[in-house]
Amino acid sequence: MTVQNETIAVAMSGGVDSSTVAAMLAHAGESVVGLTLQLWDQTRLAGRHGIPDAPKAGRCCSLDDVYDARHVAEHLGIPYYVVNQEDRFERDVVRPFVAEYIAGRTPIPCSLCNNHIKFDQLLQTARSIGASRIATGHYAVNEYDPARKRWILKRPVDSAKDQTYFLFGLTQEQLAHTLFPLGRLTKPEVREMARRHGLRLAEKPDSQEICFIPGGDYKQFLAAYLEEQGEQMPETAGEMVASTGEVLGRHDGIVNFTVGQRKGLGVASSSPLYVLQIDPASHRVTVGADAELATRRLRAHRLNWIAIPELTGPMRVRAKIRHRHQPALATLEPSGADEVIATFDEPQRAITPGQSAVFYDGDEVVGGGWIV
Amino acid sequence: MRHVYMDANATTPLLPEVLEAMRPYWIEDFGNASSIHLRGQKARKAVDEARETLAEFFHCRPAEVVFNSGGTEGDNTAVFGLVRPGDHFITTSIEHSAVLQAAQRAAAHGATVAYVAPQPNGLIDPEDIRRALQPNTRLISVMLANNETGVIQPVEEIGKIAAAAGVFFHIDAVQGAGKIPIDVQRIGCHLLSISAHKMHGPKGTGALFVRRGTPLDSLMVGGSHERRRRAGTENVPGIVGLAKAAEIAMHTLEDGTLQRAAALRNRLEASILELPGTGVNGGAAHDGSVPRVFNTTNIWFDQVEGEALVIALDLKGVALSGGSACHSGSTEPSHVLMAMGLDKTRARASLRFSLLKTATEADVDYALQVVPEAVAHLRALSPVAAGTAG
Repeated sequence: MTVQNETIAVAMSGGVDSSTVAAMLAHAGESVVGLTLQLWDQTRLAGRHGIPDAPKAGRCCSLDDVYDARHVAEHLGIPYYVVNQEDRFERDVVRPFVAEYIAGRTPIPCSLCNNHIKFDQLLQTARSIGASRIATGHYAVNEYDPARKRWILKRPVDSAKDQTYFLFGLTQEQLAHTLFPLGRLTKPEVREMARRHGLRLAEKPDSQEICFIPGGDYKQFLAAYLEEQGEQMPETAGEMVASTGEVLGRHDGIVNFTVGQRKGLGVASSSPLYVLQIDPASHRVTVGADAELATRRLRAHRLNWIAIPELTGPMRVRAKIRHRHQPALATLEPSGADEVIATFDEPQRAITPGQSAVFYDGDEVVGGGWIV
Repeated sequence: MRHVYMDANATTPLLPEVLEAMRPYWIEDFGNASSIHLRGQKARKAVDEARETLAEFFHCRPAEVVFNSGGTEGDNTAVFGLVRPGDHFITTSIEHSAVLQAAQRAAAHGATVAYVAPQPNGLIDPEDIRRALQPNTRLISVMLANNETGVIQPVEEIGKIAAAAGVFFHIDAVQGAGKIPIDVQRIGCHLLSISAHKMHGPKGTGALFVRRGTPLDSLMVGGSHERRRRAGTENVPGIVGLAKAAEIAMHTLEDGTLQRAAALRNRLEASILELPGTGVNGGAAHDGSVPRVFNTTNIWFDQVEGEALVIALDLKGVALSGGSACHSGSTEPSHVLMAMGLDKTRARASLRFSLLKTATEADVDYALQVVPEAVAHLRALSPVAAGTAG
């Protein structure tokens, strides 16, 4: 086959960002193919546990979004295809998401999706149809550093849109074959560019929620999904205890709790109580005062390193422990095979198992892992 | 880049003669066929003539031809027009969704449905139909030719079984029409649906043969069109186009066109089968035990994701599909191939080549240049490729 090495596959979600990427590349004269990954059937759980029959637009894989992406592709005159990845998405993202909650952790499906679907699978699909690189609408910068002989992932110009936290799992191979054309633009500039390219969705609002959870109610989703699968929600009811060990009452199940949660604890107290810890083995949920949420240490495993080949000794970094967290100074140390310990200079509030910890050196992503 | 269309089972281009035949009926002869005046009469004449042509096509009386919007409407009408709550309905698990979804709705409304599975070669065994009969069986619906494999079903034998049991018999002939001769007298069916666009006619037009005396309720109610069997102003240009397409199809059934195209299909199939890790779903041409329509071959490719292969080939100018176009975007592998006993992986690794009767040697040459390259490229990228070639 005459492999078109130049062809770039653009992951088109039907949103402003990826549409603008397609427009930028097409107008720059690149050979572009638009791909939309069909990941989740938004009508699949409709009617179960109060999930609405007609999903709202503006979520990934809704028919409206596919329509928008197709419209952009037609406008740009580029070939466009919808690629069904529902099976893989369910296996690699949805099931682990459900399992994490059942295990008392608080998962981030977007990072799982980026690791397993958006980059891994998309790159494979791109190659199989004759493209050699992919481009996405993520706000991030990747560049090759000849000195270190490594691909580096950096924060974008628009820090409010920084998506590097969700991209820590990218391999060198993936970074080498991915374009992030928006990394050096601000969101207003992107919208302006969309307008200039005549994209009528330039004003379309950003999507914020987890794409496969209509309405954002994850408990409703867990119940509906398990029911659809003919599975029972595991019995995870247990004791609600204070940090002193005193039993304060009982709770209905650990899936209802997230570290740092304040509402819906069901125990009376003179001062506000927060979830401090969830023990998946004993089903015990420990609650305490806000001040008790702050801790200095985290362990992370299932690591991926980007700026360095391996962590061999202590390293000063800024560590970010959730999407909206301001990265904080910490010292990173290897603590076994595929595991690190980060010790913060200052205690950090609500370090939550299941979330990712991403380590920065200045603007560079050193690497990251999943909080144990 | 060369463009080769090998998705004729999804739809076919209008033949220029068909377009010419339809042309007057939009602007000049635009009358409503139900009107009394001369303009209306002109439209009526066109519809009457079309009905005569379709009667010839089906081997039935003109009064037994009902024009409609296409295959889905015909299939729906057969099921909803005959099957009542409490009735038993026999169909097969390889039908088009126009029948299967109608069956599901009938079942939701109190009918019971038996889905007869095919043999691994894609053929329905008439004995399985016989075994499925119940005292309250009202209707049997079986397709003439399968849209995905091209396998021609033994409808004459099933017709005898239906007749002996006193059960109504519907045939979804959408994929058979224009590809093999249709004779409703020989088949002994009560209903038979066809669609114009699968045989070089216009989209949105079809016909349903309704044997005289069949107590079929109409799907649509309104005016007294089509002898009260299908309300709605006649789509005169569409009906004229369908008739012209049927007329041409009757001719090409006899003039050697289809044999020539079949030879092209056979060459394409035989050459692709030389690739390791391939096979035909539904019996190959050299094995005459499974009759197939002239234009279709459904081939599996080990270690290939069918969806990616379809896109890769499209970008090389070869248009074909992994299965039914009505299911594209669906995550489920082909229900037809699954019913034939393929596993999910192989069902997903299957491609349907369906040639136009106007296909050329050059079309096949180009496909035979592009397909092996694309398959080799995909296999080289496949994570399971190493050490399992062949």
